[in-house]
Amino acid sequence: MSNYRMHLLVCGGTGCTASDSLKLVNMLKESIKKHEITNEVEVVVTGCFGFCEKGPILKVYPDNVFYITVKPEDAEEIITEHVIKGRKVERLLYVEPNTKKRLEGQKSIPFYKKQIRIALRNCGFINPEDINEYIAADGYQALAKCLTEMSPDEVIDTVVQSGLRGRGGGGYPTGLKWKYTRQNQSDEKYIICNADEGDPGAFMDRSILEGDPHSVLEAMAIAGYAIGAQYGYIYIRAEYPLAINRLEIAIKQARKLGLLGENIFSTGFNFDIGLRYGAGAFVCGEETALIHSVEGKRGEPSSKPPFPAQRGVWDKPSCVNNVETFANISPIFLKGPAWFKSIGTEKSPGTKVFALAGKVNNVGLVEVPMGITLREVIYDIGGGIKNNKKFKAVQTGGPSGGCITKENLDIPIDYESLNSIGSMMGSGGMIVMDEDNCMVDIAKFYLEFTKDESCGKCTPCRIGNTRMLEILEKITKGNGTEQDLKDLVELGDVIKDTSLCGLGQTSPNPVLSTLHYFQDEYLAHVKDKHCPAGVCQALFSFHILPDKCVGCTACARICPAHCIEGERKIVHVIDQSRCIKCSACYNTCKFNAIEKG
Amino acid sequence: MESKCDTQEKFKQLQKFIDSMEDRRGALIAVLHKAQHLYGYLSNDVIFYIAEKLEIPSAKVFGVISFYSYFTTEPRGKYVINVCLGTACFVRGADAIMREFEKILNIKAGETTEDKKFTLSGLRCIGACGLAPVVMVNDKVYGRVELNQVKAIIEEYQEEA
Amino acid sequence: MAKLKTVEELKKIRQAALDQLDLRSTAESEDKVLVRVGMATCGIASGARTTMKAILDEIAKQGLANVSVTQTGCIGYCAQEPVVEVISKGMPSVLYGKVDENRGREIVIEHIKNGRLLQNAIINKSFENME
Repeated sequence: MSNYRMHLLVCGGTGCTASDSLKLVNMLKESIKKHEITNEVEVVVTGCFGFCEKGPILKVYPDNVFYITVKPEDAEEIITEHVIKGRKVERLLYVEPNTKKRLEGQKSIPFYKKQIRIALRNCGFINPEDINEYIAADGYQALAKCLTEMSPDEVIDTVVQSGLRGRGGGGYPTGLKWKYTRQNQSDEKYIICNADEGDPGAFMDRSILEGDPHSVLEAMAIAGYAIGAQYGYIYIRAEYPLAINRLEIAIKQARKLGLLGENIFSTGFNFDIGLRYGAGAFVCGEETALIHSVEGKRGEPSSKPPFPAQRGVWDKPSCVNNVETFANISPIFLKGPAWFKSIGTEKSPGTKVFALAGKVNNVGLVEVPMGITLREVIYDIGGGIKNNKKFKAVQTGGPSGGCITKENLDIPIDYESLNSIGSMMGSGGMIVMDEDNCMVDIAKFYLEFTKDESCGKCTPCRIGNTRMLEILEKITKGNGTEQDLKDLVELGDVIKDTSLCGLGQTSPNPVLSTLHYFQDEYLAHVKDKHCPAGVCQALFSFHILPDKCVGCTACARICPAHCIEGERKIVHVIDQSRCIKCSACYNTCKFNAIEKG
Repeated sequence: MESKCDTQEKFKQLQKFIDSMEDRRGALIAVLHKAQHLYGYLSNDVIFYIAEKLEIPSAKVFGVISFYSYFTTEPRGKYVINVCLGTACFVRGADAIMREFEKILNIKAGETTEDKKFTLSGLRCIGACGLAPVVMVNDKVYGRVELNQVKAIIEEYQEEA
Repeated sequence: MAKLKTVEELKKIRQAALDQLDLRSTAESEDKVLVRVGMATCGIASGARTTMKAILDEIAKQGLANVSVTQTGCIGYCAQEPVVEVISKGMPSVLYGKVDENRGREIVIEHIKNGRLLQNAIINKSFENME
């Protein structure tokens, strides 16, 4: 092996790739070749660093320098200045927004300070396409330990003791799930990894699979040993081509080393893994629906019992766990369940990965200990609200969750606390909204999603959600009544109580929680026919304030409908009958002379 | 237009793919993925062929196709424009981006232009939330798209005639 | 690559691949030894590149972990180039001057491995950093 003195780690996650990170890799390699230092410097493509807001990310080892928003044309300067002469490229360092100081180390950046990385431990640290790097990072040691030193029952006990709970949203104790599947006798059993990350706005599972695929394979093999399964399926969205590609490579490499296949570590234990692709159906994230889809059928859920632990794939006992859950398994065995329990809260030990998105400064993937407050995540890690706007709400749990207002920002993040305020942990989407977001519109957005994704098998979900959406549409068009609000609550409660699967049982949550916390906003829509956030087009208009307008003509020039009249240095006027409410004038005016209301 | 020879070649590829599968149990979705990848959409001929080959009633194959939004039985445009309508993109104005595409292309979401050049559709989250709002044209991702960029994105593909 | 039959074989792969990752894990560790080679134009002109390569090679030969070698710009001691600085926890940083290939190797063996300073090569540092 050649002895590189320097490693340049470039993020190859989907976010950074979209910002040309692979082109950057090529430019770096070319420059390295040109300067004849190919045997000194290695360029490694890694998984997601999580700091997508500032991508592409490039990290230089051993100097521990963290560059952000690196463009392909910066490659030459990085090589000639930093790599050859050891002078940091200052302009690519992170600038701390308050002190304006440039920070070079990853850990000194506030975005990373409060994070603890267990599930994402290898993301942005190893090359996901090289099994040797995973092994060097203690990979497959936990599998070796389980197979050679522990009985299946001991393996399950360890997971039970750790208190690990399902990271897909439900929070069911993982150890117990394994125990029940083990208890059911059968000649065949299956391990299933749920990588059908459907919550729009969550991308942690994708990042784990792209950045550290072996951690999932290893954990599946451990689970297989524990419950007595010989085969595992990974059910992954077809929309994740990069993750699929990395998984295929990882499975091939693991088979080659005999870490998957027959007689692993000469213990007589056989385990192999195959991929199954989703095809764009959100409901397939529900375990019974997922199992039908694995079998190549329509992904409709079925009623439980029988639970998958009793009758799953091909009617055999099956254990379905989520990607992030699996990513936590190996460290529990290497560092012990007591270590795991020491992180997070008593009832929700460990960490949770959140996809922080929306109107927040630092969008990205963050892994934080359970029990941290939403305020810390949004303000300390996320850097606060974009453009100094006012925080309005944060939505967790995706289409099944609810909105959390500023009054509840200081509650600790764990399964129970989030449920108690009408939201849920969910798979980890965390969407921040500011004063410009209309809560009725947001509720409508989620309901449009569930209406589209309802599989149609049971009536409350299929018809109920459609009716709720119709009411919301009526409200956003200005035709709503107070009775409509009452109907929404009643309808929502019925859908929750009578739907067959988790999708329907939670689909009214976004509406019910916004109705609860933002009743004023709903009332403004139905009583005053006014949308306070200025989103619902029928319910607001633009006006030019005569005392502020200086007659610069900027608005008249940008108006696509040509409905603003006025001469230079004379107050302008909007012709309301022709205004299409596109906001172009509002965004253009430098004098705050245009009012939305 | 595709020549007959081409079609035959693709049939062969599909056949080879099915024959190479170790485990045909539950293989239908994987086969449909492959077929759509080859042809761009799933025509009746292809569907009947798959049903026969996998020994599944064609009604069942249609059932599966209509269930999953990823599969399409209509030919699509040369360039498929997908506007991400996931939550993160939505709160950063993806719906306005979609309306702009609809306006310029003069089609609605889900439709294809008459010259079969563009298909416009919405997509639920590709996981590039850091770059919201996101637009995908075939496999290329455009991040932080602004309203006034929409025209330029379309033009990029117009010129490549 | 052959299939692994025992846990020992896994450990061997791990050991072999560890050097690769050591470069990265050392970067975050607090008690690492940091070797800084002055690599401005003058440093490079006086042979700092060869020195650095020799140091890297010797570290690998001696199997030392937790050492990280980085470059730095000009530190102003042009007459003493190539200049190498060794910083280890609990010790003041030591600046060596006129470090050629051999002296580079000596620094690795004597200073870093055995903890003995090379008295004859030390430049007396008469400044402290502002920070």
